[in-house]
Amino acid sequence: MSTAVVVFPGSNCEKDTLRAVEAVSGRPATLVWHKDRLPSGTRLAVLPGGFSYGDYLRAGAIAQFSPVMKSVIELAKAGGLVLGICNGFQILLEARLLPGAMIRNRNLHFICRWINLRIERPGTPFTNFNPRILRIPIAHAMGNYFIDGDGLKQLEARGQVIFRYCSQSGDVGDAHNPNGSAGSIAGICNEAGNVLGMMPHPERAIDEALGSVDGRCIWESVLKCGG
Amino acid sequence: MIRAHVNVFLKPDVMDPQGKALGEALLSLGHKTVKRVRVGRYFDIALEGDDPEQARVELTRMCEELLANTVIENYEIRIDPAQKA
Repeated sequence: MSTAVVVFPGSNCEKDTLRAVEAVSGRPATLVWHKDRLPSGTRLAVLPGGFSYGDYLRAGAIAQFSPVMKSVIELAKAGGLVLGICNGFQILLEARLLPGAMIRNRNLHFICRWINLRIERPGTPFTNFNPRILRIPIAHAMGNYFIDGDGLKQLEARGQVIFRYCSQSGDVGDAHNPNGSAGSIAGICNEAGNVLGMMPHPERAIDEALGSVDGRCIWESVLKCGG
Repeated sequence: MIRAHVNVFLKPDVMDPQGKALGEALLSLGHKTVKRVRVGRYFDIALEGDDPEQARVELTRMCEELLANTVIENYEIRIDPAQKA
């Protein structure tokens, strides 16, 4: 399969992401500058973390209009896989490829730490693995997921909640919710299930030297299913 | 030329941690009358042309497309009376 990692001005996780994709798949992937199109044959597009356009106005607000987003939207509509991580998630929300919006963390801090992630819906292209709890880091100031009450009900009913913040043993609750997200939500997908946004960084958990290899589960799943 | 003032602010049911922190800071500075603070954004926009109705249509599109995220924010547009060049 062909994997593209999109680079916006201000992206800063593209190389970690590229490295994760290549280390797990054993095949080269492509960095795509935001002014270009995705290469034809792209089956998986990853929007990496960072501060695209300096987070001006709102995180992801300006990147949604980058030329490359046209082909990302085309890929999403054609059923290809799109994975947005952190700032990439914010961009997918701003582009309305995913419902809801991000507001500031409730404690106003930039939070950079390990969290536990509960898999709410196994068996998707992004969660086709056995473990039910993954240990993966977060690093964001605007990761407080907001969606109105009806929207949240709809998300839950349609099985679009993929990841929730939880305790080490998998309990979900306010004490284990680092940023105030509605429903402790850490990651959601679209209705069709081929576009996923997540705040935690699976590319930062692919090697014991980094403190966890749990991120590999997600990469192995998405690289296998997208192939 | 038309000059417009656009305010964008979080919807009432959206938590505003920044506003809350500022409200607490103002109270701690001794401003005991402060009940609530909400933080928004203000845009001062100059437009070509002199038709305020047309400007309002365009400004509304600007808000919907970029200036506001209508999932979490509302906006208000105010247009100055036309000025003769």
